[in-house]
Amino acid sequence: MKSRYSHGGDEHIFVEISEDMSLDAFFKSLFLCKALKEARIKGVTEICPANASFQIKFDPDVIAPGDLLREVQSLEASAGAAEPILETRIIEMPVFYNDPWTHETLMRFRERHQDPTGTDLTYAARINGHADVPAFIAAHAGSPWFVSMVGFVAGLPFLYQMVEREKQIQTPKYLRPRTDTPKLTVGHGGCFGAVYSVRGAGGYQMFGVTPMPIYDPKQQVSYLREFMIFFRPGDIVRFKPVDRDGYDQAVRDVDSGRFSPVIRPVSFDLRAFSQNPATYNEGLEGVLYGH
Amino acid sequence: MAIKVIKPGLATTVQDLGRPGYYDIGIPLSGAMDRYALCVGNWLVGNTEGAAALECVFMGPELQFTTDAIVAVTGAELPPKLDGAPLSTWQAFEVKAGQTLSFDFLKRGARAYVAVAGGIDVPVVLGSRSTYVLGALGGFEGRALKADDELAIGATQAPAKLGRSVPTELRRGTQPIALLRMVPGLYQHRIKPDSLEGFFADSWKVAPEADRIGYRFRGGKPLAFVEREPPFGAGSDPSNIVDSCYPYGSIQVPGGTEPIVLHRDAVSGGGYFMLGTVISADMDLIGQLQPHAKIQFQAVTMDNALAARKERQAMLDALRDI
Repeated sequence: MKSRYSHGGDEHIFVEISEDMSLDAFFKSLFLCKALKEARIKGVTEICPANASFQIKFDPDVIAPGDLLREVQSLEASAGAAEPILETRIIEMPVFYNDPWTHETLMRFRERHQDPTGTDLTYAARINGHADVPAFIAAHAGSPWFVSMVGFVAGLPFLYQMVEREKQIQTPKYLRPRTDTPKLTVGHGGCFGAVYSVRGAGGYQMFGVTPMPIYDPKQQVSYLREFMIFFRPGDIVRFKPVDRDGYDQAVRDVDSGRFSPVIRPVSFDLRAFSQNPATYNEGLEGVLYGH
Repeated sequence: MAIKVIKPGLATTVQDLGRPGYYDIGIPLSGAMDRYALCVGNWLVGNTEGAAALECVFMGPELQFTTDAIVAVTGAELPPKLDGAPLSTWQAFEVKAGQTLSFDFLKRGARAYVAVAGGIDVPVVLGSRSTYVLGALGGFEGRALKADDELAIGATQAPAKLGRSVPTELRRGTQPIALLRMVPGLYQHRIKPDSLEGFFADSWKVAPEADRIGYRFRGGKPLAFVEREPPFGAGSDPSNIVDSCYPYGSIQVPGGTEPIVLHRDAVSGGGYFMLGTVISADMDLIGQLQPHAKIQFQAVTMDNALAARKERQAMLDALRDI
């Protein structure tokens, strides 16, 4: 992986670690961003890690764009190969797949979809080689996902499925973006999953909704009182299918302040994972559920 | 309360100089689209440059003051009227309790700033009073103003500059511009060289979809992409990339047809290639472009960009002690 550097006007530097998405590229981006934060370069105001790239915003009145570019390059050169171990957390997120709200929405925007006669779930199941929708949902909920970027809008996680590349779910985005997506929709576009933190426009395929708020600007949700945004890059997420009753119960629990997400600290080792993802994921499951 | 909203205008929001520090989790800077006009308006009424003011788009609100106040309107030529009597833009004026501030039709530009001595007093959220409507964050209840909203005014900071007027040549952003300067880069290599030349040669018109998130342009020729095998995770469209961060001012061209320049409420990232970034000095000017305005994109060097930034700052500094 050879990084590509570019100026983004006079206030940003853009670094592409790799054109292709991979956990290696994501880790490198995350670790470089961490090193950059620790370097505390004067004039740097924001460091934003993304899936396989990152961006720095700075004040060119404090540091010249060319000087900062050279500093970042030398930092990358000296960073060397860090131990690819990430101290992070694993989180269970309930999902009501095939729910009535995303269904209503996807029917409303059907003429913008590749497959106007089906649903997003039947389409995704078919093009990813699954026999039917339940088999597809089992694959979607069957492995953990990495939060590889937080953004687009406030608190929206991009999720990268932790399985071998040939097993990863891939779908195109809608032919033309929708003007509406229900809040907390669990969606998918390219190789990335996403949870829509707010209601709004969107182009990802829609598979279900979670009852678990991940962005609360009013900071009333019990676990978002400290900070309004739940996810951060490097979090690991496990989807747990729930039915209508389970969904309704969770919504009531959120409203009454009794919902608390299952969260466990975990140390993630990229090399061990890469050697055998399935076995490694079983271990992660053990961390989450304590067995 | 000190200001009662009688009519809200089209999309009037509370804005200051923004909320840096949270772009990595998707919360954009926000703040005045024309920061120059905001700073000058604040200085005219005796505020520090970053006090919160009202940003009015295309159409002014109607505001009833329940307390005496000092007000200045800067930015777009949106002539203020006090109890129906016309007043000038770019200079401070007194408002008495009970008087109503309204506006005539927009003459030039797109966004006017209503600065009030003491600033608009809404809660500070993550370090700023700016409104981020998409995230329902900050400002007045996280949204544009509505009729019957009541706004508080903060404590005055310094005497206003009553009677001073900003010289015409320092009313930046009020004259139509023909060029938007940008530094090429980012994923520019995705476009065939002769097609990129066409992008700069073509005339582009501001589309109706132009707001605080971004300005869309149309009217130029579709771009021709360099052939490639799609990178893993990017998506099959030639304009797709593996989702990355988007710089403020970056120019993305989804599908190669209509460029979008991201602005203060930018979506922080996504899966469309970008071919460069509008220079910081021209960001204010985008905020004053009306729909259907025609511009050309002009490629400039980093040195040009930094010189333009200095020039803008010098203009602003000349007004600091107006």
